[in-house]
Amino acid sequence: MSQILDEDQRIIEFDVRTDEMLVNMGPQHPSTHGVLRLVLRTDGEIVSEMEPHIGYLHRCAEKIGENLTARQWIPYTDRMDYLAAMNMNLGWALTVEKLLRYQVSEKARHLRVLITELNRIASHLVGMGAYGLDLGTFSPFLYAFREREKLLDLFEEVCGARLTYSYITVGGMTADLPPGWLQRCEAFLDQFEPVIREYHTLLTTNAIFVKRTANIGVLSPEMAIDYGCTGPVLRGSGVDIDLRRDGESIYTAMYDGYAFEVAVMKNGHYPRDHEYPAVPRDAVLGDCWHRFFVRMLEVVQSMDLVRQSIDRYSQCKGPLGEPLKLAEKLPAGDAYLETECPKGQMGFYVVSDGTPIPWRVRARSSAFSNLAVSPELCRGCLIADVPAVIGSLDVVMGEIDR
Amino acid sequence: MRGTDFVTELEAAIEGAVIGRNLETLDPWLEISPDKLLETCRWLKESCEIRFDGLQCITAIDWLETDPKKAAKVEWEPHTEIVYHLWSTKARASLVLKVKLPRWKDNQPGQLPEVSSVESVWRGADWHEREVFDLSGIQFLGHPDLRRILCPEDWDGYPLRKDYEMPLEYHGMRGR
Repeated sequence: MSQILDEDQRIIEFDVRTDEMLVNMGPQHPSTHGVLRLVLRTDGEIVSEMEPHIGYLHRCAEKIGENLTARQWIPYTDRMDYLAAMNMNLGWALTVEKLLRYQVSEKARHLRVLITELNRIASHLVGMGAYGLDLGTFSPFLYAFREREKLLDLFEEVCGARLTYSYITVGGMTADLPPGWLQRCEAFLDQFEPVIREYHTLLTTNAIFVKRTANIGVLSPEMAIDYGCTGPVLRGSGVDIDLRRDGESIYTAMYDGYAFEVAVMKNGHYPRDHEYPAVPRDAVLGDCWHRFFVRMLEVVQSMDLVRQSIDRYSQCKGPLGEPLKLAEKLPAGDAYLETECPKGQMGFYVVSDGTPIPWRVRARSSAFSNLAVSPELCRGCLIADVPAVIGSLDVVMGEIDR
Repeated sequence: MRGTDFVTELEAAIEGAVIGRNLETLDPWLEISPDKLLETCRWLKESCEIRFDGLQCITAIDWLETDPKKAAKVEWEPHTEIVYHLWSTKARASLVLKVKLPRWKDNQPGQLPEVSSVESVWRGADWHEREVFDLSGIQFLGHPDLRRILCPEDWDGYPLRKDYEMPLEYHGMRGR
């Protein structure tokens, strides 16, 4: 008997020795992230090297921006992070307003908070649902899209579009809210709040989900900063930075007087963590599970912010104000501004030579920097972990390729 | 901007690095001499009290007026400007570095202008420099793997240059 076992051992060892192999993942729509191609160098199931190939959605939006006025470029920002188009509009609008040294009315500021935080919820819902898809579970996706659909209905009422809104524009908003909209928005929030518990049951505490994400793709805070990672990816590694609190004054002024706590682990605790499932034993700060969990907490945080902004907006007596002219002359000079978008810190840079058409526009994509760190995270992991890592970065190729 | 003392320290530490400045504008900026760029960046990240540990963005601006009528009126000579947006996690502050390069090396059209890569200072510069090389045609010396990132590898020309002309045809596809 023992002789046979010994022999078997040898056979097994001989069998598992494998050659290095190049495996192509994509280019295709792996899920809702966009068109991405990954080239893996594998030894058996182990990935020794991973290289993302990007650019399949490249439209050179920056070049287009050199031929349009600042306000005309707003629809092109929609098509960057198409899952959070409101936040993209806001980033560009604020950058141009910074250059113009222009401040919108108080009412418009509260409306901007309201609408961008709603869009953050919608974006994180897709991030969460699509992450389930990446890991091979279909149902959370349906639950997430059920609620997102209601959000898109709200956005459609506001501006007529469901994905590419162009609602926030330079100098204000294209229109005020339709009558009765605030009540419908509040009704959505009341209905949405208890649903979040379902998501935690479906994913956050799900044993298989935890096994697939805990201690996978651990990103150290130093490496995250070195690579320019931002947003939930950075906060998932325990770095306490959120531009809504730490950003430039033109942006943080929007959040003046709002009560919110940055969703980041501090001294081993997440804010309000008694209300949520405990961190699994296997999870390590900076792994896929934490990046996912930070997004889940931000959904609740955004709901709070929306509630606060509804109050403030309805108390505002003054007018909303008109947006600036389509061909408003820009002063010569340059301005750079980063805002906290659902995927991370999205930066816009505008250089003007004094005409209404910018000399140069630049979009600093958060997902671009977040994806750049993925080869480091995938080195030495299993092939099956690669979608788990990419999904946890919550990339949108429209924003990466621009 | 809070605490601009580090500029004096920078000038003392690396002589001739800062060749221009505007600390009063919207985004305070320093113009850095191209041959001192790498040294300056390393100092800003490692020795400066406000540790600029994050590189957020690299932009190349092509200053070339293609319209001859307007070109006669502009005050600047054609050149390329590279803009680095730095960020300090500790101080929550940002800084802009600008570097001026000729549009072409030795004014020979087709010869890409050169500047040292800061990839060894911030690893995040890797992809950003590849993008600038791809779209604006800047050669980053010392970059480990400088090749196109967004455009296909056999693409011709640098789209974000002002004199770029869209190809009429690419692998049988009509360009315009």
